[in-house]
Amino acid sequence: MRPLTEEETRVMFEKIAKYIGENLQLLVDRPDGTYCFRLHNDRVYYMSEKIMKLAANISGDKLVSLGTCFGKFTKTHKFRLHVTALDYLAPYAKYKVWIKPGAEQSFLYGNHVLKSGLGRITENTSQYQGVVVYSMADIPLGFGVAAKSTQDCRKVDPMAIVVFHQADVGEYVRHEETLT
Amino acid sequence: MGRKLDPTKKEKRGPGRKARKQKGAETELARFLLAVSDENSKRLSSRARKRAAKRRLGSAEAPKTNKSPEAKPLPGKLPKGIFAGAVQTAGKKGSQSLFNAAQGKKRPAPSSDEEEEEEDSEEDDVVNHGDLWGSEDDADMVDDYGADSNSEDEEEGEELLPIERAAQKQKVREAAAGVQWSEEETEDEEEVTPESGPSKEEEADGGLQINVDEEPFVLPPAGEMEQDILAPDLQRVHKRIQDIVGILRDFGAQREEGRSRSEYLNRLKKDLATYYSYGDFLLGKLMDLFPLSELVEFLEANEVPRPITLRTNTLKTRRRDLAQALINRGVNLDPLGKWSKTGLVVYDSSVPIGATPEYLAGHYMLQGASSMLPIMALAPQEHERILDMCCAPGGKTSYMAQLMKNTGVILANDANAERLKSVVGNLHRLGVTNTVISHYDGRQFPKVVGGFDRVLLDAPCSGTGVISKDPAVKTNKDEKDILRCAHLQKELLLSAIDSVNATSKTGGYLVYCTCSIMVEENEWVVDYALKKRNVRLVPTGLDFGQEGFTRFRERRFHPSLRNARRFYPHTHNMDGFFIAKFKKFSNSIPQSQTGNSETATPTNVDLPQVIPKSENSSQPAKKAKGAAKTKQQLQKQQRPKKASFQKPNGTSKGADSELSTIPSVRKIQASSRFQDSSQPAGKAEGIRESKVTGKLKQRSPKLQSSKKVAFLKQNAPPKGTDTETPAVLSPSKTQATLKPKDHHHPLGRAKGVEKQQLPEQPFKKAAFQKQNDTPKGPQPPTVSPISSSRPPPAKRKKSQSRGNGQLLLS
Repeated sequence: MRPLTEEETRVMFEKIAKYIGENLQLLVDRPDGTYCFRLHNDRVYYMSEKIMKLAANISGDKLVSLGTCFGKFTKTHKFRLHVTALDYLAPYAKYKVWIKPGAEQSFLYGNHVLKSGLGRITENTSQYQGVVVYSMADIPLGFGVAAKSTQDCRKVDPMAIVVFHQADVGEYVRHEETLT
Repeated sequence: MGRKLDPTKKEKRGPGRKARKQKGAETELARFLLAVSDENSKRLSSRARKRAAKRRLGSAEAPKTNKSPEAKPLPGKLPKGIFAGAVQTAGKKGSQSLFNAAQGKKRPAPSSDEEEEEEDSEEDDVVNHGDLWGSEDDADMVDDYGADSNSEDEEEGEELLPIERAAQKQKVREAAAGVQWSEEETEDEEEVTPESGPSKEEEADGGLQINVDEEPFVLPPAGEMEQDILAPDLQRVHKRIQDIVGILRDFGAQREEGRSRSEYLNRLKKDLATYYSYGDFLLGKLMDLFPLSELVEFLEANEVPRPITLRTNTLKTRRRDLAQALINRGVNLDPLGKWSKTGLVVYDSSVPIGATPEYLAGHYMLQGASSMLPIMALAPQEHERILDMCCAPGGKTSYMAQLMKNTGVILANDANAERLKSVVGNLHRLGVTNTVISHYDGRQFPKVVGGFDRVLLDAPCSGTGVISKDPAVKTNKDEKDILRCAHLQKELLLSAIDSVNATSKTGGYLVYCTCSIMVEENEWVVDYALKKRNVRLVPTGLDFGQEGFTRFRERRFHPSLRNARRFYPHTHNMDGFFIAKFKKFSNSIPQSQTGNSETATPTNVDLPQVIPKSENSSQPAKKAKGAAKTKQQLQKQQRPKKASFQKPNGTSKGADSELSTIPSVRKIQASSRFQDSSQPAGKAEGIRESKVTGKLKQRSPKLQSSKKVAFLKQNAPPKGTDTETPAVLSPSKTQATLKPKDHHHPLGRAKGVEKQQLPEQPFKKAAFQKQNDTPKGPQPPTVSPISSSRPPPAKRKKSQSRGNGQLLLS
């Protein structure tokens, strides 16, 4: 377990900022304690200092996970956000997409969101903007990238993709092994 | 087409041609005997017709005056019989016999009444008759009755038909006593007919009586047993199981001559193994554990899965919101019970309950009801450090996190890397952020990290409590597996105990739980830990469940094991479980001797000789007898303690760690006594232990430890002179320690002698108990060989009194 280098921090923050923008500051400066990011086995974990102190006693090969895993760095040092970060993205998300109940199942299976399944979308969403996907009951289901801006979404035909799928909560069941 | 004889066909009613042809018409019309005389006239003779006419005229006036005197003497007889017959025929299966029997009774009764009243009673009977017909749809019965009544008419001539008389009486009775009919019914059941009596009894008593009528069960000879193995007929086997259980329940009366109880039991064991597909070993263990009636229930319960239960994740939602959302999806559920605020039980579901969007969003976790209990017992508080030693798949860990509201730290550990993945998945899904997940063998704690406020050990076990989930357990467990599990559990439990920080402000607790019902994995392991470490059992806080065993076959466990809880599938409808909650009161580890039990027995021999010699026995010395195991520890701790003990009323300011070993020593003594001697002495000691321990629970560790220090001192006094003072001191100290908890320096109690007196009482009592017992049998074996020079325990009484005297003087 080690702290992130400058480079890694920059890459990661850039990625996260795509979804929550300047709210990222809230993740770092929290009123209820100091939280930090740590790297372990190419994965980035977010936890409070107390947890980090306890985890310091555990040897690296025996440590499996700490706090919340945000994502991992790929072999080419790009950062990939995992669905496990959803709990922190959802409350601070700037651009949101709600999908209809019928399209929930499809999204949870890893498919992209079509125009026919689109319920609501935040105004002035630009194209390729990171969005968080909700169900109509305001339950966060995952996140993705807007394929079309809000204006375009209105014009496009029902079978067109409006949100590219990146991660969804169905992965807890589908990809349990790859979470760690 | 010809009329088909179909008993199930509904009889036609009404004035039509077909209705008249059917028998049913007669039934229906007979209801209105008085009103419709046309049909009746076919059946009745001329005389009867005249009578009927008379009746119609005079029935309005006569019945009331005549019936009232009749009603009183008659209630016990005919009308009741008829009435009872009417009521019963409507409801009971054997009603036919009853009805006929009732008819039979009716006839003699009316004949006796015939002298009393004529016309009116006949009217009564007819009316009653009609009522009965009306209530009885069975064509056969009506048929019989009609024939009888015809014959009756011809016989009796001018008299009222019995049914008519009965009807009159019934009318009166109904009017008079409408409320009492239920009571009368029960009375009738006994009186109604001698004929129907035995048949009714049979029904009421059920299966037992049936056996009486049939041939008594004969235990098949030994040769037949082999036959069954080859081609078991399950029906036969099942029947035989029930028979044998019935016989064994009342063995004295129902046994077959010449067959021993063990033969029956063997037969039963084989049959159960065949019928429920168990291995012999496991079935033998279960037969030891349960009485026979419960055994069959337990085996039956293992064939059926327990209901699916889930736990609301209060970090993300509330139970009622979740219930609402799931009901909207088509799940049929209910709150789990009064004891759980977050549990829900699922009866059925139209969607897969493990794949709903709410599940994926982490709003709930599928968890067995019995798995929620250890966390409720552990009661983790916010901002605590908690260790979960065997956490997979993470249900209990997440429950702890939600109770702690994501504060504090949880270290979730498991030895199985594959299952750890599910832990990671579950914890992330449920939004648990205060957890560190590690992959150690549990026995490596606390070397890795220790000093936790609370520890949960959900030990790997044989799984005999969750046979309904994994039927393979029935056959693949044998003696070696159980013992191996038990060995691993003991090691894990000791490591877990060592990882708890006894001086934690809010904690110091450990919960040990298994999903097994075997005594070897549960009570035995807990008892082992009680002997080896400075822990004691405390109530779990669960108000239901069976208490743990304090003795089982040839083993004897510490009496505080009653605080542990057992759960069974057949009594609580949840997986078999065992939960024990420990409180650690000292961080030091008592050094155990090698071959403790072997050394104990030789000291047994020494003790009787030693006792008469010394004059300075004290209660601690007596306790020290049982401290053979902790001899070395005592020696270690004596030296620093000695100085403090020199002062008569000095404060013992030993370190907590040293002092705190004392209770363990006492515990060890007590438990060793239980182990080694099943004598009353041991039990008395145990009783005293538990009494004293109960007091000790409320005290700070220091208090307890000071007492222990006294005992330690007694164990190996190096000098002869010293033995006097310690003997005196220790009682005072021990008594001092028994004082209320606000005294943190108990040993400074020179004053307050009265107070000291009070705590002495239990000691004295116990001491007397002990001494009453000791003269009887050989001394308890646990005496350290080194302490041959130390004051023998038997003199405790004297020293205590002396000690008291000294205290009073000072």
